Amino acid sequence: MPSKYVIHTKQIDHRFEPLTRSGIIAWEEGCLKCPVCVKKECVYGVYEKRELNPGQMIDSIDNKCMSCLRCVQNCPGQLIQKSINPEFMEMGDTHWTPDIIARLWYQGETGKIPVSGAGYPGPFSGPGFDSMWTDMSEIVRPTRDGIHGREYISTGVDIGSTPKNLVFDKEGRMVKNESAIIDIPIPVIMRAPDFGAISGNTIKGWISAAKKLETLLAIPVKRIIPEFLKLSAHIIPVISSKDIEGLNINEHVRMVEYIWDEKGASNLKKVKKMFPEALISVRLYLDGDFEKKAMEIFEAGCSIINLEGSYNGRVRDDASIYMKDAIRRIHLAFVEKGVRDEMTLIASGGFSMAEHIAKSILCGTDAVYVDFPILIALGCRMCHRCEQGIPCPVEIDNASIKWVAARTINIIGAWHNQLLEVMGAMGIRDVRRLRGEVGRAMFFEELDKNIFGSLNRVEEGFELE
Amino acid sequence: MSDNRKFHLPEVVRTPSRFRNAIGKYRLNRTDACTSCGKCVEICPYGVHVMKRGRVYVKNHYLCIGKECPNPCTLGCPENALSFRRNPTFDTMGDYRWTPDLLASTWYMSEFGDVPKAGLNYRTGDSGGGFDKLRIKLRKEEESLDLTDEDIDLSVELNRREDNAHRVKIEVPFYGGGMSYGSVSVTTILSRMKAAKLLGTLCCTGEGGYPDELKPYDDNVITQVATGLFGVREETIQRVRMVEFKYAQGAKPGLGGHLLADKVTPGVARMREAVAGFPLFSPFPFHSVYSVEDHKKHVDWIKAINPKAVVSVKVSTPTDVDMVAVGSYYAGAHVIHLDGSYGGTGAAPEIAKKNISMPIEYAIPKVHQFLIDEGVRDKVTVIASGGIRTPHDLVKIIALGADAVCTGTSDMVALECIRCHKCESGRGCARGIATTDTELVQLMNNDWGTQRIVNMFLAWRKEIIRILKRLGMKSIKELVGRKDVLAHLDYINK
Repeated sequence: MPSKYVIHTKQIDHRFEPLTRSGIIAWEEGCLKCPVCVKKECVYGVYEKRELNPGQMIDSIDNKCMSCLRCVQNCPGQLIQKSINPEFMEMGDTHWTPDIIARLWYQGETGKIPVSGAGYPGPFSGPGFDSMWTDMSEIVRPTRDGIHGREYISTGVDIGSTPKNLVFDKEGRMVKNESAIIDIPIPVIMRAPDFGAISGNTIKGWISAAKKLETLLAIPVKRIIPEFLKLSAHIIPVISSKDIEGLNINEHVRMVEYIWDEKGASNLKKVKKMFPEALISVRLYLDGDFEKKAMEIFEAGCSIINLEGSYNGRVRDDASIYMKDAIRRIHLAFVEKGVRDEMTLIASGGFSMAEHIAKSILCGTDAVYVDFPILIALGCRMCHRCEQGIPCPVEIDNASIKWVAARTINIIGAWHNQLLEVMGAMGIRDVRRLRGEVGRAMFFEELDKNIFGSLNRVEEGFELE
Repeated sequence: MSDNRKFHLPEVVRTPSRFRNAIGKYRLNRTDACTSCGKCVEICPYGVHVMKRGRVYVKNHYLCIGKECPNPCTLGCPENALSFRRNPTFDTMGDYRWTPDLLASTWYMSEFGDVPKAGLNYRTGDSGGGFDKLRIKLRKEEESLDLTDEDIDLSVELNRREDNAHRVKIEVPFYGGGMSYGSVSVTTILSRMKAAKLLGTLCCTGEGGYPDELKPYDDNVITQVATGLFGVREETIQRVRMVEFKYAQGAKPGLGGHLLADKVTPGVARMREAVAGFPLFSPFPFHSVYSVEDHKKHVDWIKAINPKAVVSVKVSTPTDVDMVAVGSYYAGAHVIHLDGSYGGTGAAPEIAKKNISMPIEYAIPKVHQFLIDEGVRDKVTVIASGGIRTPHDLVKIIALGADAVCTGTSDMVALECIRCHKCESGRGCARGIATTDTELVQLMNNDWGTQRIVNMFLAWRKEIIRILKRLGMKSIKELVGRKDVLAHLDYINK
């Protein structure tokens, strides 16, 4: 058994005060100047500790306020109110919601699992992965001393093709298996997001985090500069058919990703020739008849497929099909063909919360790619201004390598711990056993229809309350 | 309670907010044009405006119901000096499950002992599924049974095994779920416990011991035996009529409990026989229980110490919850308590609250049917908890197959929890509910807390009786498993 994999996180402060969901509005006019002002009684000392952040020209009060509303409820003049912050509510979109973004900031800052009291505040279920629940085991669980105890819950996965059986030659010597595998201690591979105020330092920070986390970072080959290749073993160059001519990477890489297109099969051979030592993964954009295309890629001799959904976690040309369902369909197609164990499926697109790792694996992948969360952990507000060439409001491109690496380690560390929580509750000790284990998942569509489907009649003379 | 004395309900005593400014949905504005003529004081049906020493002012913004008002002051004011708008603070509170409307209506019930007249949706939240999509089907014309409220029986027998244990009967179909000393203050515990006694029901201590202050309420106490065994002594088990085994809890199924170091004050540490200032883990699971047989040994152990104890088993809701329930029954439990995933009051990882195990709305009908098929449904009491917020939720879950429910969060809301979800940070709840900080606990007193909880539950009781009458039922027992009185908005006419 490998030594225990622990990600050491530590508090890494924000460079810019994050936006808050609500703000304090306090009027001065009409103030009675009470001898003991409610502001002085604040449990959290918010009014005493408030300060002007000269860099950002903002008052830190809203970042310190914990929204207990005691000042609002006790001011005799009723001069203090709280109000929803529209700037916060307008962040992101329906997939990358303001709450998800704020949680990612928190995890990047602290490296901790978000914990809160008073029950679950969210919707009953939702689209995609939100329509799944994971199981728990009432009396059995893997370790006797907690998920962070001495016993081991493995989150390691093998990327590549493991041989079905060992082969020996006539002399009884084992024939060396051609395809190597990469084992990573966490089923997460990082990659540079499609947009963002990303500088050379940002990428260096991510690569350095990838090394520390013992995983990899995928980068489009066009964005790779020689300096990055110092840590080439932790880089996955992403190559499209246009990049093949004149491609010149001599450093050792362990894995490359090729973007599948109509010239796929013939180009794949060229890529293999260029990187004889590396594992070749193929990126399949999920659109059209993606099950058929996935099968073609496998038949063309590629055993690692990256199922690339859209930025918001769906099939690219059909917003009604979520990653959850696309992954299950492809996984089952390979299971039915009897080849699922000879290959690796990785999914990407829209993974925004730690639970998505577990849920994607339950649906049938071996691992996932994480892209925007490692950018949001740096403070990104998903405002897309960088796409229009407008400067980043939180100047991510100016962040130091060290800071980027530490924040990235924090987010992946927090996600790793959450994966352990979910697996611990299920009583599963090895993440490889989670793959396709839908018996340990509960699906909204089935449960809801089974239980409530028959409650469909309102007889004459009745009203609903 | 269990004898034949007629049970007398407590009275409603109006108990307003303990803070100066109660939070309402609307805020009124009075311009300088006001001549203090007193017209608004006269026409407002809700006592929003008050005349004092010849001057009129808005005393109770929070009672204003806005545009649903039948006699609005804004139109009645001869000087056009009044206007109202939505209170921005109102919309910063709450969440999908506990909407600002649900919070404010629970506060209304806790103040007045009745449901709000208008202006607030006190029946459903905004979670978009489960309870919030289920509706109760009532006959249109008011053909309520010709009965008085007293004729409707809301009591529930908890012991249905014909054994030697106490015949524990609760007068209302709900009791208080476990919240430990440590996670909440003694004042909060006592308020819940006193309210339980007044209402003829029970309240659970949670895992954290049995403070001596609770001695007068022994008959109404359920003491909890959980995996950390904190505060569990022979003497505490012998003192009570009902003991609850906590195998798991819905908010953090499979993860155990965790009391943060800050909350382990010297008092808490003494009670739990631990060291102050260090966090306390209640591990998961019981390390002595890995099978139904092991579980039976546990139940037998309690029965050996207190042969008359009614034993409840609290579990959360995995996919095989029906098997777990039937196993618990065969091991000798009187009560199966299912704790769904969306409730809970203590600190828990958000990933667990959202994702692990199923909502109670699915678990109850599954278990109910399974126990019927097994032929033992009438031998065991099924309790639902984990997201029961309102009397409507209660009626719905009983119609889905529970016998009664456990509440937790609604009790906290009655004590003016605003669901800021910061119970666990620093000194604990800034509003003095879920904290053991010596200064913060002073924010609330017992009498106020008890009356607030009593008022809320009297409002629940009234509402449940109203619904039962319209369903033509004389007893809450008739409602158990009557799925046919419900409709689900997503499936109607499909």
